[in-house]
Amino acid sequence: MIARITAAETLAELTKVCRLPAYAIPTLAFPLGFYVFFAIAMGPSRGIDGTTVATYMLATYGAFGVVGCALFGFGVSFAIERGQGWLLVKRASPMPPLASIVAKMLTSLTFAAAVVLLLSVVGAAFGGVRLAPATWLELFTVLVLGAIPFCALGLAIGSLAGPNSAPAIVNLVYLPMSFLSGLWIPIEGLPPAIARIAPFLPTYHFGQLALGTLGGGHGSAAFHVLVLALWALGGVAAAAYGLRRDEGRTYG
Amino acid sequence: MHATEIPARLARVTKRYGAITALHDLDVELRVGETLALLGPNGAGKTTAIRTLLGIVAPDAGFATLFGRDPRVAKNRARVGAMLQVAGVPATLTVAEHVRLFATYYPHPLPLAETLEIAGLRGLEKRLYGELSGGQKQRVAFALAICGDPDALVLDEPTSALDVEARLALWAQIRAYVARGRSVLLTTHDLAEADALADRVVVLLGGRIVAEGTATEIKARAGGMPRFAGATEFEEAFLSLTRTATSEESMV
Repeated sequence: MIARITAAETLAELTKVCRLPAYAIPTLAFPLGFYVFFAIAMGPSRGIDGTTVATYMLATYGAFGVVGCALFGFGVSFAIERGQGWLLVKRASPMPPLASIVAKMLTSLTFAAAVVLLLSVVGAAFGGVRLAPATWLELFTVLVLGAIPFCALGLAIGSLAGPNSAPAIVNLVYLPMSFLSGLWIPIEGLPPAIARIAPFLPTYHFGQLALGTLGGGHGSAAFHVLVLALWALGGVAAAAYGLRRDEGRTYG
Repeated sequence: MHATEIPARLARVTKRYGAITALHDLDVELRVGETLALLGPNGAGKTTAIRTLLGIVAPDAGFATLFGRDPRVAKNRARVGAMLQVAGVPATLTVAEHVRLFATYYPHPLPLAETLEIAGLRGLEKRLYGELSGGQKQRVAFALAICGDPDALVLDEPTSALDVEARLALWAQIRAYVARGRSVLLTTHDLAEADALADRVVVLLGGRIVAEGTATEIKARAGGMPRFAGATEFEEAFLSLTRTATSEESMV
């Protein structure tokens, strides 16, 4: 029963999102645009961290794109549905509450997979990216599953922010965090002051985890996973707080 | 269904929002096969009562049950359909997609065609929700409430935003549902609506019951009311009740 409901929810969620070009297009186009501009147009075969720029940036812009899917797909859509009361209609129904959360997460993961595939195809076709199938599969898996902790952070923003302020808040979190973590410009090329901030950000650990699959990156994979898991737990706790706070609000 | 079963019950429910007490020790019982109206002006606690009943809001004291079970548990809401006052139903799903999705939440839903027929949505099934008129949107909300073939309906101000024609149509749909032997609890600030639909009326003011009975009994209690339940007369009866309750309170 729960599996069937979750499947139906996911299908509805995907349908909804695909009919909203304002979500679907930027989610795919921004990482692709950045990747083409920074990785491919500016010399894809230059060496960095034991690989080529185009390969390195497939990992970092892949991570950037995946985080966007999770924060926008989850955070903004959740904030809107919560703010407009749609969440209440669902809560009054016998739908298991987890079903819609899992459905939104699966939708974000689907978009994440699409972003990574798109960047991989472009990287292989125009950036000379050559990866062993097993390596690519590992990178793909890490990138797509990496959406999960950011879905939790998106859920937190969506549970705390108002429907109108959520997109702005997501942008304020997403863009600086990605830059400071070396997802736009490799961390090696950033001023040392910024490189010292990076480890405090979840995006840094995600980027390094992805680079690790290519034999690069800093730190151990287990440590990055642990840090991301803690961020995810923090996100879930913040979301639980926000939803409980909603319950205490006066209704008309 | 047992005759002794109580479809919906609030038992000595108190709910506070900060300094405001929305519900004072409220007892309300919806009996099998009846239509009960919770009548009161804005701020009387009607919406809080409905939300407590549906498990969206947890009471500070007392408890709510749906068919004898705790409404805070999702599956215990499976025999109840609800219509809430909310603004934002996702605009990019069609009528049929919305109804089909909601139907998956229930163990024995109505066939799609039947739901559309009862709610007066035939021919609109392929229309996106965002393209519907106000009256059509309200019919979708009604369709979502009945699609699970529930034994009881809980309707929060079902016709408040509708024009006369749409309101009469929804009344007819509610009556048709009651004719199938189902129970309905609805809130309204519109006295004519309570009179037109309800077997029994509970008048709520400041989170307390100030009068209870058939529409006729209430008018009698309010003193010297005319024979027929015209909207204006009923309004006067209601206002006089309100004044009585207020002056009692101020004497204390």
